[in-house]
Amino acid sequence: MQAWIEKHAFEGLKDTIVGYSSLSILYDPVTILRKQKLKSTAYEFVKSILESSFSASLELKSDNGSEIHLPVCYDEMFAPDLASIAASKNFDREDVINIHLSRVYRVYMMGFLPGFAYMGDVDERIQLPRKDKPENVTAGSVGIANAQTGIYPLDSPGGWQIIGRTPVKLFNPQAIQPVKLKSGQFIRFHRISTAEFEEISISQMF
Amino acid sequence: MIMSISILKSGVLDTVQDKGRYGYGNLGINIGGPMDVYAMKVANMLVSNPIDSAIIEIHFPGPQILFEQNALITLTGADFSATINGEPVDSWKPIVVKRKSVLLFSHRKAGARCYLAVHGGLCVPKWLNSSSTNLKAKAGGWNGRKLEKGDELQFGETHLYFPALLKEKSVHELPWSVDTKSIYQYPNEIAFIPGHEWASLSEESQERFLQNNFTIHPSSDRMGYHLRGPEIIACENTQLVSSAVSFGTIQLLPNNQLIILMADHQTTGGYPRIGHVITAHLPKLAQLAASDSFHLRPVDVATAEHALVSQEMELQIINHGCDERMKNAICLV
Repeated sequence: MQAWIEKHAFEGLKDTIVGYSSLSILYDPVTILRKQKLKSTAYEFVKSILESSFSASLELKSDNGSEIHLPVCYDEMFAPDLASIAASKNFDREDVINIHLSRVYRVYMMGFLPGFAYMGDVDERIQLPRKDKPENVTAGSVGIANAQTGIYPLDSPGGWQIIGRTPVKLFNPQAIQPVKLKSGQFIRFHRISTAEFEEISISQMF
Repeated sequence: MIMSISILKSGVLDTVQDKGRYGYGNLGINIGGPMDVYAMKVANMLVSNPIDSAIIEIHFPGPQILFEQNALITLTGADFSATINGEPVDSWKPIVVKRKSVLLFSHRKAGARCYLAVHGGLCVPKWLNSSSTNLKAKAGGWNGRKLEKGDELQFGETHLYFPALLKEKSVHELPWSVDTKSIYQYPNEIAFIPGHEWASLSEESQERFLQNNFTIHPSSDRMGYHLRGPEIIACENTQLVSSAVSFGTIQLLPNNQLIILMADHQTTGGYPRIGHVITAHLPKLAQLAASDSFHLRPVDVATAEHALVSQEMELQIINHGCDERMKNAICLV
């Protein structure tokens, strides 16, 4: 539906944001009221566009279906919370890693930070709630919060349980496309060693 | 001639802003932009800039700024008792300053954010079509950060020429100003549209919300205003899945207190959305400072849109007036 709206943008449309189960439209009422010479409010106008576009948008094929592979290193130095998850669930570290690797995750929405993808669903056996207090998290860290998994694109305070790190830069303000992931995509993680992590990190510096 | 200014001393938080970065919310990149977009637009009008030119948003304590060349400037928004070369200057008025003049701010008289516009507009590279500073992404504006001592910012070329006005004095205030009464009147009366979760509040909480004042906590910043007021309780389980939030969204936090999201808010959030401050009242709200109190009054969508349309019409009148005055002033020189 978002793709449909962006393709059929009306004058006054300013931004569209996908949530887990919602689509939010930012619009400029002044532009809409001026252009449309409405008797009703601009809100009613936008609402009617959305309602009439809903069925039309269902016919639009999503081009986000491709699977994206992301390397993750689960070594201890990158995974401060892996041991405690394993302990609380009566698993080995390896079990937790394998369960995390076993699924393809869908990007439900982008938010919180530039380029932060909310993905799911995490296997129930390794679900753990957020920490009570946010800690400083390094860019690239892969975390779990209940049924969600996500990657911090920037150094930031955060409360998710950190189980690994990707060397792939998910946010780079200088790039033509500053953000790598988008909602609707499917993500598969694959495991890499610390040496491979360093290699990929270095290769991205040039 | 290319103009530039130098930061002699940095303030607590001075950033380059334009109207904001629209169209990237779906990547998690927020709009940002000025807290008080009205003051920012009028600032540009007063110095004959395109309305969305980059300006500097100043908090108190403010910076010390050196003008390297003659410049046409203005200050709008908060009144921080500005002086140029020791001489007090008024806000909401065009001012011609002589080269090597120094602007500083001595104390906070009223408001919370002051806008400095310089004729020609600030020249900073755009990031994602905007000059606004995104502090979290460390991108946009002036190197993605607040202004620091030693920074030298350039302005676009000037087509106005005022040397005659500076013959006797180093500062010359032009004889007109913008009347902002209608925008900032009743500063403690903020209108909002009830949000999705308004109905999930208990009846007593709704009443407490409407009857009482809320005070802005000192921890408030460009991301959000933390409010202190009566305890507001949601009677339903209000654990929500995250969805988009916007500048002005009033959320209920788990500690039963409210937060109003401001210009640098996150793009998404999962707390109950009790309401949304109407866009026309965001400038007023942006000029309230820590420990100021205000009252939240519910209105419907039509009222909110009407308020915004009248504000826009007033801006157009101001723009026209500024243009006319400036044309005549140029004729005088």
